[in-house]
Parts: sequence; structure tokens; C-alpha cells
Amino acid sequence: MHPALLGLMTIIVGVGGCVGYFYGANLFLDKVLFPAKGPNAGRNINRANIIRPWIFLFPALFALGLYLAYPVFATLRLSFLERLPGNEYAFVGFENYTKMFAEPKFVEAMKNNVLWLLVVPAASTALGLLVAQLTDRLKWGSIAKSIIFMPMAISFVGAAVIFKLVYEARPEDVAQIGVLNHLYLLFGGDSPQQWLTIPFWNNFFLMIVLIWIQTGFAMVILSAALRGIPEETVEAAVVDGANPFQIFFRIKIPQIMGTIVVVWTTITIATLKVFDIVFAMTNGQWETQVLANYMYDKLFRANDWGMGSAAAMIIMLLVTPILVWNVYNARKEMR
Amino acid sequence: METAGQKPLVVWALNISVVVLVLLWIFPTLGLFVSSFRTGEQITASGWWSSMFPAEQTVQLRAADPDDNRIETSAGVFIVEGNIFEGGDTLTIDAWATSSRDLGAFAAGETADLGDGETLTLEADGSYVWQGDEDQLSGRGQRIFVDATVPPEFTTNNYGFVLFDEGNSEGMAKAFFNTLTVVIPATIIPILIAAFAAYALAWMDFPGRALLIAAVVGLLVVPLQLALIPLLSLHNAIGIGKGYLGVWLAHTGFGLPLAIYLLRNYMVGLPRDIIENARVDGATEFQIFTKIILPLSFPALASFAIFQFLWTWNDLLVALVFLIDSSGQTTVMTKQIVELLGTRGGDWEILATSAFVSIAVPLAVFFMMQRYLVRGLLAGSVK
Repeated sequence: MHPALLGLMTIIVGVGGCVGYFYGANLFLDKVLFPAKGPNAGRNINRANIIRPWIFLFPALFALGLYLAYPVFATLRLSFLERLPGNEYAFVGFENYTKMFAEPKFVEAMKNNVLWLLVVPAASTALGLLVAQLTDRLKWGSIAKSIIFMPMAISFVGAAVIFKLVYEARPEDVAQIGVLNHLYLLFGGDSPQQWLTIPFWNNFFLMIVLIWIQTGFAMVILSAALRGIPEETVEAAVVDGANPFQIFFRIKIPQIMGTIVVVWTTITIATLKVFDIVFAMTNGQWETQVLANYMYDKLFRANDWGMGSAAAMIIMLLVTPILVWNVYNARKEMR
Repeated sequence: METAGQKPLVVWALNISVVVLVLLWIFPTLGLFVSSFRTGEQITASGWWSSMFPAEQTVQLRAADPDDNRIETSAGVFIVEGNIFEGGDTLTIDAWATSSRDLGAFAAGETADLGDGETLTLEADGSYVWQGDEDQLSGRGQRIFVDATVPPEFTTNNYGFVLFDEGNSEGMAKAFFNTLTVVIPATIIPILIAAFAAYALAWMDFPGRALLIAAVVGLLVVPLQLALIPLLSLHNAIGIGKGYLGVWLAHTGFGLPLAIYLLRNYMVGLPRDIIENARVDGATEFQIFTKIILPLSFPALASFAIFQFLWTWNDLLVALVFLIDSSGQTTVMTKQIVELLGTRGGDWEILATSAFVSIAVPLAVFFMMQRYLVRGLLAGSVK
């Protein structure tokens, strides 16, 4: 069958199935299982209302459980196993982890990931805050914000192509078509550089892509937070003779600190999972490996499920503090 | 800045710094966009930023074949007359030369001395008179190097080749439809499932509700990397294998936490009176949900739909793992572009065009629905 037709059928079957399930299950509950009439009408209505939430929740809980909760445990289990020929598994304890820690490529990935985590969230948040503040009172601020927000819509792969063109290097005697090398030669560089192959620094050239994408996100949220600051606090500071920098750093920043932390952690999670950019631009060559790409290599190129799962668990471990913190905050809020 | 209103200098500095930032942000994308309208030759000949302006170019042309076209005007004196732009584009001649060693030696209308009485005159409109004796006016036509200002030139041929050329095995048309096939069900189905769950979590009272909400918040940040192997094994075990069904299910699962979270937060803010009144009037929960909650929640539904659309359209990893098999028939655009980066690394006209084909749709959605996207972001992160 043609995939488009299959897609259309899936929509019809999926949507029809969902609606049918919800409608049918409710009908069954109200008319057959606990009809709201007869001698037990009152008791039946109560019973139906106890069950009904679970009817509404079931498909979502099932999908969440299967696609997000179960894999955490399954991956944890796999990380302690070694796959043997013939679909057999052997328990190897922490061997996958110790083997992985001894691998130079893993150490490199860890180091690079730490570098990414230090640079990208900080740079994106700072730039986002800067743009949010600068455009706040500008007449054409919303257009400026739109343009800086735009990369959010561009895929990591698309962004990789865009920046490969920026970093492109041509032989010395022909015209440079990458703008970075063009500027580099213009400002006195001696010969065109292959930016993505220069160890250590190439990490930063990759990070720029993610910063370029995430700054818009930070800007949108921080801009809203800045607008939410009560006018009186700023006015009072102006009356007291504070200069714009004092107002920004002493009055505004402390009031939006909570939002800054949220933005920071959200970008941290995105950074931790960065895969497409490295996969498309260097594929981890020239010492640019990161955890997610290392894991992909292990799982699907080396076919080593044990070590791949161990690498995935490391990513999970790094996310866990943020997870706990988020849940803690959410619970505090609901009280 | 608060004092900006009073100080013109500060206003200027402010405007300029924002202009610089905006240019910095749009420049890379603009480069790709412009490059997709240039030929491969143009792209390698000059940086894309110079393509926007008229460029000085030296074009090598040739006078007509003397053996066929020469006319004897007087004894032993032959001329060849014609127009060098015949059969080609007419250019504006800034200067010209007959040798590549002294380009731009003559202005239009001047006469070049080719030695031993042989001369060539070139007018501004391209007409020339080449004069000499029988030996001089033989063989091949005289070469003429014209320095001309070429206006910016763009072509849509790249798009024709990438999208519509049947013979192009690396074209994007198939991948485009595959991406579309992945995206639409993967956007619609999670919305529906999440909406019901969000309603239960927002407006129904049952034990364990707070715990479930906390679980959803926790699952928001679980990396989908963990799901790859266990779920691929599961899909293989139950016979789905790699394919559309698998990728739809995977996207549904991965999108649900955000969907439930966004929708619940929105629904909780709906006025309590409406729902209570409907309950008193005897509406069933199902009716309340479909007749009242869903229509009122449209902004939140739109926000999530845009998120999920952008995320599934731009996704590479989930498609690589759950969809694309060794036959390559189900490849999506992101994967196709990664392939092209490997095989056509230097062919920027192909790369730029292919990348832009995949970027264009999300960009259009972004600019049309930006309001909902911003609203969704704010609801999803700020508490």
C-alpha cells in the first residue's frame, strides 16, 4: 500500500479508534455496568465516577508506561548484560561500565559533554537575556525577536548544513565561499582553515549551532518574564538615581531569577541530548564526540547493546537531578 | 533601557546593537537561501554575499569565423564585421582587450592595433570591425576579452532538479512525502490521547492524581535515547519491525508528557463555573469534555500541535531507529540530507536546495503560528 494512503488510514483508524474507545467505554460504564437507574442508581453513579478517570487516562498511561517508563528499567537491565550469539544474554555486572570508562572515545565524549553543558546553556541564556532586554522598548522589537526566534523552527540537520556553509574552506588560491574563512583572510589570517577539524576549538564551532538555535527560546521566555516585573520597582530605582546597568543587574535580574533557572535547566537538557548536530557535521571525528552520538555508535554501528545501554544510563544519570528538582517543584506548587 | 527616551545617543546605540544581532542571526540562513538559487559554478566562483550585487566579470568571446565571413573591401584588405554578443547575452562593456595579459586595455569605441596593420574596433553595443590582410584574417576568430558588469543572476533550476527530476536518485520528493507521512499521524494522535488524560488530571477527582501529575513532570525530561533498544526489540518481537507504524507509536509516546503537561495546565485554568453548571445540568463527563473543554482549549491544542509538528518534522534519531530500514524506501528528509552531506559534500547547490526544501515548511508554520508557539513555550516552562 502507498505510504500516504497508509498514513491516511492510520489517521482515520487512530482517531476513530481513540474517539470510539472513549465514547464506547463511557457508554458501557453508564448504560451497562453501572446504569444510573433502578434501585441502585445513586450507588451506581458514584461507582461509575470512580472508574471514569481511569478510562480517560488509560491510553495515555499505557503509552507513557510503555514508551518512557519501561525503557528506563529495560535499558538499566541491558546495561548489566552482554548479548551473546543466538539471542542469549549473560549477566556481566558492571563490566560494560568499566569497559566503557576505559575507552578513550568515551572519556572524550564525557569531557566534551561537560564543555557543552558549561558553555551552551550559559551562552544561550545570556544572549537571550541580552536580546530580550535590548528589544524590550524598541519599536521594531517584535520583528527583531521573530528573526532571532526563527532558528527554533529549523532542524538540527538543516542548521548543520547552514553552518557547514559558514565554515566551508576552499583552497588558498580560489575565492572563499565560507563567510568565516572569508573574514579570517580579510582580517589577516594566513591561509583558509578547516574549522571543524581543529581539535578542541571545533567543539565550539559545533556549539555555536546549538546556541544559535536555543537563544531564541531563552529570549522568548525571559522577555515575558521581564515584562512581568512590576513597574513600581523599576520606577522606584529610577527615582533613587540608579543607572540602567544597576537597574538591570540589581532590580530586574533578581526578580526573574526563577525564570532564568528554568530556562537554564531546559537548555541543559537539550544540550545533554545533542545528537543530530554532531552526527551530521563531524560524526564525532576530530575529537568532537559527545555522549548521545557515542551511544548511537555503540548501539547501531558496533551493535554492542551492553555498552550502548550503559552510555544511555549515563545520560539518564545526568538528567536525574533536574528530574528530581522539577518533580519537587511541581509538587510544591500543587499544595 | 529606562533612560533611553531622553538620550538619542543611547537610542542609536541600542538600535545599532539590535541590528547587528539580527543580522548575525539571519546571515547563515540567508546564505543557504541565496545559494539555493545559484548555479554550482556561481557558488564556487564567489561568496554568496557578493551575488546580491552586480559583479565585474571578464568574459571571453570570439569574433566570427574569418574564412566564412571576411569581405574584401579593397585590394588585399579584408574585414570581418559582426556583433560579439550575437547568440548570447548582451553585456555592458566597461573595457575590453584582445589578450589575456593586458585585460581591460581598451575602452568601448577604441581601436586595438594587433600589429602589422591588423586592427580591431569594438563599439559599446558589441559591434566590431576586424580588419587585416588575407593571412591575418584566417583560421579562428579573434579572441576578445570583455570586462562587463554582470547583474545578479538567480535560477530556480536547483529546485527543479531536487524536487521534480525523475532521473535524480537523490531527489527530495520522495523523502518529502515520507516526512509528511510520518508527521501528520504523529501529531494528531498524541493530541487526542493527551487531551482526555489532561482533562481527567485537571477536573476529575480520584486517588493518586497528584502522583500521576508528578510522574508526567518527571517523564518530561527522560531522554528518549533510553527507549531506542528496548522498544526496537519490542517492535521486532510483536511484528511491527521498522516502519511507519513503529515511528508513529514512538512519536506518540515521546510527545505525550509535554502534551499532557501543557493541556492540563491550560485546562486547570478554565473557569470552574462552566464545568460545574454543566454537571448540574446533567451533562456527562464525555459531553463536558467534547462540547466544552475541547473547544475552549483550542489555543493549548494549537500550541502543542505546533511543537509536535516541528519536532517530528525535524527529527532524525527516531526516524533512524524506528523507521528507516536497509531498503531506504522510507527515508525522511533529515536522513536524506545527512546522506547528501556525505556523498555531495562539495555540491552546495544541491545541499543548499535540499536543506531549504526541508526547512521551508517548518519556517512557514513558524511565521504563521508564532503566537501559539510563544504561548506554548511560556505555558511549558514558566511556572
